Amino acid sequence: MLVGAFIGELIGLLIGIDANVGGVGISMLLLIAVAAKGQASGRLRPISQSGIIFWSGIYIPVVVAMAASQNAVAAVRGGTAAVLAGVLAVAVSCALVPVLSRIGGEPPPPLEPVGGQPPPPVPDTDVEQSA
Amino acid sequence: MTEVMDLVADVMSRYGLITAFAIVGITVWVSYQLSARLTKGKLHGSAIAIMLGLLAAYVGGVVTGGARGIADIEVLAGIGLMGGGMLRDFAIIATAFGVNTRELARAGAAGVISLFAGVFVSFGIGAAVAYAFGYTDAVSMTTIGGGAATYIVGPVTGAAIGASSDVIALSIAAGLIKSMLVMAGTPFVAPLIGLNNPRSAMIYGGLMGTTSGVAGGLAATDERLVPYGAMTATFYTGLGALLGPSVIFVAIRAIMG
Repeated sequence: MLVGAFIGELIGLLIGIDANVGGVGISMLLLIAVAAKGQASGRLRPISQSGIIFWSGIYIPVVVAMAASQNAVAAVRGGTAAVLAGVLAVAVSCALVPVLSRIGGEPPPPLEPVGGQPPPPVPDTDVEQSA
Repeated sequence: MTEVMDLVADVMSRYGLITAFAIVGITVWVSYQLSARLTKGKLHGSAIAIMLGLLAAYVGGVVTGGARGIADIEVLAGIGLMGGGMLRDFAIIATAFGVNTRELARAGAAGVISLFAGVFVSFGIGAAVAYAFGYTDAVSMTTIGGGAATYIVGPVTGAAIGASSDVIALSIAAGLIKSMLVMAGTPFVAPLIGLNNPRSAMIYGGLMGTTSGVAGGLAATDERLVPYGAMTATFYTGLGALLGPSVIFVAIRAIMG
């Protein structure tokens, strides 16, 4: 991740803006590459795998925390113009999804439905003891 | 009794991140219960949790007058750290573990097209709305257009081309509305727009572009789609901040004369 973030900052610097450009995306690509290589050569031990799976499992609680720390009041106070700009941008972009999905042949089949409820999040069990 | 309360508050702020995990964990658990009992699993538990989170952010903002939602309440400051950029990005990257590389490569071209389409469409709509509300100068139109892209593109663009601070604030508000709408609305529109496979998730991420919105919205729809959508969305803000003050500003200025 640090490597990806660094590359992202570097690209940001190159094009003259102070933002991380695609650092997350590059990190994801790196992880995919490393994971594919590691699994093929059998060097990615189960313990490392469960570490990564833990982090992707903790993702939902992190996203909820992210939602809870948004500047919701500022968004609502922005007034009609802000609401309209935001809503219309989302609506039109949504409408484009099916159009663009046709690029590159028939869209792939939907993912198979997940059986049952997803397991409850990992954090609360070990947290209660330490809190 | 107040002493005990003080003690509790003290412990909660000292172990801020742990408090955050505990509170968010409970919220998520309650949300899954609500999802199973009240909606029979039709509305995903994480969708309910995200909406509760947004509601909490609004309440927190009203109570404290701050800009970081519920995290401005001192004992809950850890939620800001937990939901902040560092852990969020790290968790998103971790979801990339196990993506289908073949699907990723096949959807690559569509993803890139959707990125450009998303940036231009959002800028266009934002600029049109700005015009309708009386912001007829190219600088304000481009800045508000940037806000319709993401709440980072708006201020970055505005600062680059010298927009006034109220216009920049407006562009941030537009971007926040978009991000929260995507977070809460994705599970509802997903069946209508065929958002159920890796490719459409990548296209969705590219068109919407708000990383937090897409990541939250897809998590609420189907967790397995998150890495695909997040992958394209993460490039969107960079592309918008690159094109906004340059190509798009020049184009809007040319149209407006």
